[in-house]
Amino acid sequence: MGKPIKIRAKVKGDIAEVKALMPHDMESGLRRDPDTDELVPAHYITDVVAEHKGEVVMTAYWGTAVSKNPYVSFSFTGAAAGDTIKMHWNDNKGDSSTTEAVLK
Amino acid sequence: MDRRDFIWLMSCAASAGLLPGCTRGLMREDVYEAPSFGNARLLHFTDCHAQLMPVYFREPNVNIGVAGARGRPPHLVGQHLLDHIGASVGSSDAYAFTYLDFVAAAEQFGKVGGFAYLKTLIDSQRAQVGDGNSLLLDGGDTWQGSATALWTRGQDMVEACNMLGVDIMTGHWEFTYRDEEVLQNIQRFNGEFLAQNVRVTEDALFDGASAYDEDSGHAFKPYTIREVGERRIAVIGQAFPYTPIANPSRFIPDWTFGIRDDDMQELVDSIREDEKPDAVIVLSHNGMDVDVKMASRVSGVDAILGGHTHDGVPQPLVIENARGKTLVTNAGSNGKYLAVLDLDIGVGKVNDYRYRLLPVFSNLLTADAEMQAYIDGVRRPHLAKLEEPLAVADSLLYRRGNFNGTFDQVICDAMIEVGDAEISLSPGFRWGTSVLPGDTITMERLMDQTAMTYPETYVREMSGAEIKIILESVADNLFHTDPYYQQGGDMVRLGGLNYSCDPMASMDSRITDLTLDDGRSLDATKNYKVAGWATVGAESPGPPIWDVVAEYLREKKTITVDKVNTPVLKNVANNAGLADYSGLLE
Amino acid sequence: MNAHRRLVLKGMFALAAIAAWPRLLLAARPDSVFQETDADKVIADLFGQAPTDSDQVMMKIPDIAENGAVVPVTIKTDLENVESISIVVVNNPTPLAASFIMSPRSVPTVSVRIKMGESSQVVALVKAGGAVYSTTKEVKVTIGGCGG
Repeated sequence: MGKPIKIRAKVKGDIAEVKALMPHDMESGLRRDPDTDELVPAHYITDVVAEHKGEVVMTAYWGTAVSKNPYVSFSFTGAAAGDTIKMHWNDNKGDSSTTEAVLK
Repeated sequence: MDRRDFIWLMSCAASAGLLPGCTRGLMREDVYEAPSFGNARLLHFTDCHAQLMPVYFREPNVNIGVAGARGRPPHLVGQHLLDHIGASVGSSDAYAFTYLDFVAAAEQFGKVGGFAYLKTLIDSQRAQVGDGNSLLLDGGDTWQGSATALWTRGQDMVEACNMLGVDIMTGHWEFTYRDEEVLQNIQRFNGEFLAQNVRVTEDALFDGASAYDEDSGHAFKPYTIREVGERRIAVIGQAFPYTPIANPSRFIPDWTFGIRDDDMQELVDSIREDEKPDAVIVLSHNGMDVDVKMASRVSGVDAILGGHTHDGVPQPLVIENARGKTLVTNAGSNGKYLAVLDLDIGVGKVNDYRYRLLPVFSNLLTADAEMQAYIDGVRRPHLAKLEEPLAVADSLLYRRGNFNGTFDQVICDAMIEVGDAEISLSPGFRWGTSVLPGDTITMERLMDQTAMTYPETYVREMSGAEIKIILESVADNLFHTDPYYQQGGDMVRLGGLNYSCDPMASMDSRITDLTLDDGRSLDATKNYKVAGWATVGAESPGPPIWDVVAEYLREKKTITVDKVNTPVLKNVANNAGLADYSGLLE
Repeated sequence: MNAHRRLVLKGMFALAAIAAWPRLLLAARPDSVFQETDADKVIADLFGQAPTDSDQVMMKIPDIAENGAVVPVTIKTDLENVESISIVVVNNPTPLAASFIMSPRSVPTVSVRIKMGESSQVVALVKAGGAVYSTTKEVKVTIGGCGG
């Protein structure tokens, strides 16, 4: 099970602006371990989905070039303070994480 | 009194050995006091690099402009600059703005800058226009550059700036202290510290780091509105955009910078819309060429008062953009100048301006007693160390110039000798004062070249290929045709290694003919023993550079610089940013 | 039929059918495009058409990266009916860094942080109303220099 997603989401008008930080190593598979000089196997988030009121409001497909501990921000309409947003990621090793947060 | 009278008076004063007291009345009233103009006076100094006392500072004879910057200020040196401003050789302006006849002129006109003298000049310039009609702006690089600033972690300068009456500042080397020290210094500072282009990183915000505005991520207040001359002036701060690249990010891990000119445009637009100011001024540490480009892309700014590149530019450039014109200035370094921008501001609009870049001649101004007493107090506990004689300079020692300076050569030579290295590398900083031939190199003068928070040295193996990459990268930071990709320092200084440089070439093809002092060609695949200091990435293991150079100076006793490792230059022989070059031109 | 050809066909199909099913394209992660090493092929495979340079695609990215491992990028657009926003780093070993699929309720602006191994052109691509628009910027990844 992956670590929880840190989410900060604010509503202005009916637009929610979501900022999320996902603790994850995001190993590209190209980095060598400085001690053993062996390639560190690729381990990275492949997709991220955000849902609001049962609807997918954003999908992200990521490759190995997204930075360690990925940060993403996005916005969507039809939101109100107090609503819940659910975010979920999967990685290439089958790990995943799901976190819910309340819009402020 | 016109310029010719001034020169006459200066030479009379020098030949008669007049005391400053005998001339100051004349000079203060007649030379420094041009008639005021308009309704608002902006006083601006920048990049004083913590020089509380008067110093010598030689302007460069190599400051090459490329692409759009070629042949225009600040890339005019020596006679080219004199021709541009209509000044003559031997004049006080020639001494203030160029390297020409530097030693003789320094002896004739004396030291420049010093906060006690700057204070007197600022007070008289403010008094002339009356209360409420002026602002004092500090462009940054104020808290670093001297021994006492380093030893007090910038606090001596914060207090000096408070006494000077600085209203607003922005920064660069201010950020080379640790972040909590930066915040403490800002708290002690009586004016406002502004930076629209410094943000708290997203990670730090998630961890609860403090920000001026958590929504926008601004780490510091981006702008302020001041009433001057019964008009509302917006002042926006622009810190040095590449601080975490040019200087260690490890001291300030939570802050991220950048030029952010699109944010600047949005900010200018929103200020114009919401605050209805009569003038919008940017206090910038971008560097002159970056400011010129920013002025062409961002509209709605009346003037960008600039620093960083240490260019003493006598008159503003007027840059056209989508909705009008923007003045761009650069006010030199080391406390040498006070810029006076008089503005005639109407409702919502600047009608006209007058600009003067006043040299701070310490011989012609009275030291402000209170400021001098403060400075003496700052220095007193350190005096023995500051005044320790290390060696005597047999030739002029200076740093500033695109490729090498004689003081940097001494630093490079010291690293090779003390570190038993084949090659040495020293950063192309633009701060650091000059030492006249015959003068003693004290610890204070050495610290002027080295006083910073990451002074540690290294001696390590480096391949020829690695060395070439370093030279190419730094050359690209200096000579990239697009100023947004420049960082505003000078070329890395070399000891033991020679090369050819074509500033007009592109990345990875500027540097050729790498040859060691003994004539061997640098082999990309071979390793060499290289000494250096001021590593940005991580702390180096060796002693601080001042210890290394002090040891060398004490041993040498007399310093003569016979050979300067300055490159053979290609394709710049007719560049107005080059004159009296000590190396070969091809 | 290999995955790559399937994708091109899928892209072409989606292009033809875009008016009816605008969200079919990139309905699943285009795994093979993320492995592709040539930036032109990435763009061809992803969209099946060449992008048009457009000032309606706005990209905020540093001119010089503070840290090549963490380069913040924000892409936004005034275009309507935005289907996806993608980021291609031309000189990265695998140039496709990320694709964001917009929903009908999306405001077309995204921020993310990417790794860059060396200086490179970075291309922001927006698919909107069936066409592809782009903007490109040079980002320098450099060793630390020296300060003025």
